[in-house]
Amino acid sequence: MSMTVKTRQVDGVTILDLSGRITLGEGSITIRDAVRDVVAKGSTKILLNLGDVSYIDSSGLGELVSAYTSVKNAGGELKLLNLTKKVHDLLQITKLYTVFDVRDDEAHAIASFGE
Amino acid sequence: MKWRQKTFLADSTTSRVSFTLDSSLDSVNKVEQTAEQFAQRAGFDVDTVAQIAMAVREAAVNAVLHGNAYDKTKHITAFFESTGDSLIIRLADQGPGLEPENVPDPLAPENILRGSGRGIFLIRAFMDEVNFRQLHPGTELTLIKHRTTAQTGN
Repeated sequence: MSMTVKTRQVDGVTILDLSGRITLGEGSITIRDAVRDVVAKGSTKILLNLGDVSYIDSSGLGELVSAYTSVKNAGGELKLLNLTKKVHDLLQITKLYTVFDVRDDEAHAIASFGE
Repeated sequence: MKWRQKTFLADSTTSRVSFTLDSSLDSVNKVEQTAEQFAQRAGFDVDTVAQIAMAVREAAVNAVLHGNAYDKTKHITAFFESTGDSLIIRLADQGPGLEPENVPDPLAPENILRGSGRGIFLIRAFMDEVNFRQLHPGTELTLIKHRTTAQTGN
């Protein structure tokens, strides 16, 4: 199953609703292009909604980390929303849970930017 | 995708299959799917099946990407065996060889923000035994997951 990305704006926050598998190849490239695109358009508050992401491999994890650092280097913030149990467990064992600001409520996540 | 398959004679508790595959992402997907099927048939629970499939996928990615570098003239071989007490997977590439001790620890603070280098860590996290063997050229990786007493009753 390939990955899809839908972009929306809520209260100055760019939300990317991701769906599918983030794996080596198509999925990783899709997320890289999507984040690069919204950063190029000036977004500095970016929320990745992973609620419909069924699977992430090590390449996908690397892509999330790269997205995080590229947004941070551009002076912005990138946060994660709605992790599935599988993705949550993966972030825990790789200690990436300590890197990302992970949220499970969209309204609170949006309000948290700039805190 | 070109591939050759051998299915070995099996008794009631043992089944084996091996593939020779080209160096492509299609091969990675086939190896992952086969691992998932073997793990399901071996009686592992849903979470463990997913972990085995991910570990094998990571090993296949290493073989195709880091080992054979997508070289169309090189192949990977994948061997799956389900025995009475274990699931055994062997993956071999024809690349320059991998020294696992030279792979940086992805949990170290200086590496945590690296965009790659977590594959072998995940393989080790999800399997009971992981062994590397140098083939000169190439690397063979053996992954083993032991069945619990409850699973061996299946």
